[in-house]
Amino acid sequence: MPQLAAETFASQLIWLAITFVVLYLIMSRVVIPRIGGILEDREARIRGDLDKAEELKADADKAMAEYESRLAAARASAQGIIGEMKAEMAAETDKRRQEIDADLSKRQAEAESRIAEQRESALGSLDEVAKQATAAVLERLTGKADQDRVASAVGTVGEGR
Amino acid sequence: MAAGGHSPLEQFEIKQLIPLNAGGVDISFTNSALWMVIAIAAATLLLTMGMRGRAMVPGRLQSLAELSYEFIANMIRDNAGSGGKPYFPFLFTLFFFILFCNLLGMIPYSFTPTSHIIVTFGMALVVFIGVTIIGFAKNGLGFIRLFVPSGVPIPLLFILVPIEIISYFVRPISLSLRLFANMMAGHTMLKVFGGFVISLGFVAGWAPLAFLVALTGLEIGIAMLQAYVFTILSCLYLHDALHPGH
Repeated sequence: MPQLAAETFASQLIWLAITFVVLYLIMSRVVIPRIGGILEDREARIRGDLDKAEELKADADKAMAEYESRLAAARASAQGIIGEMKAEMAAETDKRRQEIDADLSKRQAEAESRIAEQRESALGSLDEVAKQATAAVLERLTGKADQDRVASAVGTVGEGR
Repeated sequence: MAAGGHSPLEQFEIKQLIPLNAGGVDISFTNSALWMVIAIAAATLLLTMGMRGRAMVPGRLQSLAELSYEFIANMIRDNAGSGGKPYFPFLFTLFFFILFCNLLGMIPYSFTPTSHIIVTFGMALVVFIGVTIIGFAKNGLGFIRLFVPSGVPIPLLFILVPIEIISYFVRPISLSLRLFANMMAGHTMLKVFGGFVISLGFVAGWAPLAFLVALTGLEIGIAMLQAYVFTILSCLYLHDALHPGH
């Protein structure tokens, strides 16, 4: 078995030591710092990007909140204006209606007083008409009419009305 | 590896490429040394090529390098617990050294340094001694608590403590044998079935050839798995050294 040839051990161990130490130096001085460096860089970059994204998100959230608060304020003021307008219009309508009411009742009162006046005057002339009619009837029937008696008779009839 | 006619163990033969001698000790540059050099060159090339762009969005090779980095980092965090981070470069190197030695060994006519017990034992011994030193350095004599399981009646301790001590000292042997045996057995099997393909010829050689293809896939899996097992066990030993007493 060649593995047990002891005369080759020294050379194998020496070359194992040499190659291993050389590889160790290359790995620890060059390869490992290089790989470790790039891994760290990447991690830092990713963390930085995540931080930035977080920041931007916070900004966006803030802008959104501001927009919403402004929107709410605008809505509230719009509601206020609408309420004011409604109240104003209701007041206006009330006033107009009252004016019209007052006008109407005034005209009604006028009309009523006019009716009463005319009725009065109509009633006043009724006596005259009745006297004339009675006198005319009497003249036709009797040939003559006593004005005074006619007037008193009509007056008596008028009393009973 | 696929050539037939020789002993299946011939592939593990160490061949001198450049004879060297230091103070009477043979330290020749051999085929084993060559493939260790190729392994570290390939590992370096893969990981530096992958990271050359240093792109924020990684490409394929960079993803591979980053994934293996995070794979080892997670392994240490999960298995060695807190305080394991300083040993990350060593464990990362250990994983890639074994992985590339194992995987490059799958190339026909190549050589697998990790199929030699002395290489795996060398690495296991470094891990064992290192972990023991870390254990005493971090915990002082409190590291001895590792051998005394908590919540065990005193009489049982007379049996359990020697068992714990033996199992601790067996660690480098089991760690090195596992990797060595897996690599050697796999390559020997491949060689044996390769021999069958040749000896059965064009007529009946297809069956072992099909098996050989499947076995090659399995061996590549084992090459990765054993690199993982070696590293994760080192993490667990490190965990014992950092947090003894439970």
